[in-house]
Amino acid sequence: MTNRMNKPSLQDDSYTPMLSPWRVKAKISMIFVIIIGFLLFSSNRTGVDLQTLFNGIGNMNQIFEKMFPLNFDILGPAFNRLFETIHMALIASTFSTLIVIPVSLLAASNITTNWFVYNTTRFIMNVLRTIPDVVLAVIFVGLFGIGVFGGIVALFVFSLGILAKLISETVESADMQPVEAMRASGANTIQAIAYGVVPQVLPQFTSFSLYVFEINIRASVVIGLVGAGGIGSLLMSQFSFNNYGAVMTIILVIFFVVILIEWISGKIREAIL
Amino acid sequence: MSQQLPPKRKRSMKSKIKIVFIILAVLLLYIWTFASISIDFTRVVERFSSNYGRVVPQLFSPNWDRAGEVIEMMIETIFIAYVGSLAAAIIAVPLGFIAAFNMSGSKIIATFGKWVLSGVRAFPEIILAILFVVAVGPTPFAGILAIAIGSTGMLGKLYAEVLESIDMNVVEAMEANGANKIQIMFHGIIPQVIPEFLSYAIYRFEIDVRASTILGYVGAGGIGTMIFFAQSNRNWSDMGMILFVIIVVVTIIDYASTYIRRKIV
Repeated sequence: MTNRMNKPSLQDDSYTPMLSPWRVKAKISMIFVIIIGFLLFSSNRTGVDLQTLFNGIGNMNQIFEKMFPLNFDILGPAFNRLFETIHMALIASTFSTLIVIPVSLLAASNITTNWFVYNTTRFIMNVLRTIPDVVLAVIFVGLFGIGVFGGIVALFVFSLGILAKLISETVESADMQPVEAMRASGANTIQAIAYGVVPQVLPQFTSFSLYVFEINIRASVVIGLVGAGGIGSLLMSQFSFNNYGAVMTIILVIFFVVILIEWISGKIREAIL
Repeated sequence: MSQQLPPKRKRSMKSKIKIVFIILAVLLLYIWTFASISIDFTRVVERFSSNYGRVVPQLFSPNWDRAGEVIEMMIETIFIAYVGSLAAAIIAVPLGFIAAFNMSGSKIIATFGKWVLSGVRAFPEIILAILFVVAVGPTPFAGILAIAIGSTGMLGKLYAEVLESIDMNVVEAMEANGANKIQIMFHGIIPQVIPEFLSYAIYRFEIDVRASTILGYVGAGGIGTMIFFAQSNRNWSDMGMILFVIIVVVTIIDYASTYIRRKIV
């Protein structure tokens, strides 16, 4: 940081010599000490112990010995559950991209001029975004019973928070002059939004929807662990039976599918933007 | 004055076929999804009506008696995220150098490095946590390892992108003046990338706080342990307390990290 500030250049008017190198150095050292101090303190509190790690790596070896050979009998059910996971993610992403359209308009300051509505929507969406996906899944599974439906609702709420933030920011950065021109020539609000704002945000909107689909695939694996259906449930049950060959097979399946879907949606996004 | 619409954009036969193909694929995907998903709506409605009274009012009346305990666990969660992301921020530096093609000097090594980093990123933290709980036992240390490995993937990739975008003229000039590799590193490269590296590391800490709240669910320490017990005991007012603390703490950390990052870059 300091070097950038002191890059000597005669043409540069903003070049100011460092007033007190001693003071800057002291400041940086202070920050460094605080970072290291907090690190030592928190490693102490959480019981970080390299000895455990080295012992654990021996343990890990045993686990890997147990995990290979892979158990290919599980592949059939694993793929069935995997398709369930993809379906959950697809349904949740579809509904959240539909619902997010009005929500993001309400949370964009250039569209919603009502102070109260704008801030309330923003506040609710910000709170939603802070709740981890697993906690949402625990709540909705508790509400709707074990199964796919609770998972879909959890994913829906989870992705709504993310999408609302991303898309309302895009809407806020849209050029408002076409909208003003349309209003001046007599278009109503809906028309002005449909023909003035939507064409500007559509590419980002599509890209963000794909991004949320990617996130949802990963999240739906995770929320399965708490009983929300999909491949995560299968993983958790095999894990609790100590059936490590099957666990490793499932993890590898998840791994390749996540990479494949990321690759496909990356290609599509490249084509759109 | 006659008015007419502007002429329609001409599309080639190839792009028309492509569009039709994409629409068909998406349509088939949806048909497949809705045909094969099995939701028993009568059971869902039944469960909902019987559970609603037990869950929702409890959730909104947090159990304040356990506030101290919950906050203590949340602090442990923050410690896990801190140690994990700091370790990742350091481990990711050499990996980022390997994966940046203007640093490693070979496209093959750089591409391979990026592949490995993306591969690491594809594992959700909680699955890594399962592996580490098996390896080092159900302690916060397992959570730290999971966070550290999981964050290394993303940070390494971001670092590599930062390194690829630096001004190489400085490096060339130093080389021409006879600076050795270490001098180039500390006076030519590091000063250019430090602000971005720090900013990404802090951003990752923000994500890690969120991620580490759930690691305890598989036994890797932190507030997730309490989530697990609250779920198994169906103690929804405890869950409300946990949720409240998570929301407040995550919001504070988000604001703080945004503020610091704005100051750095």
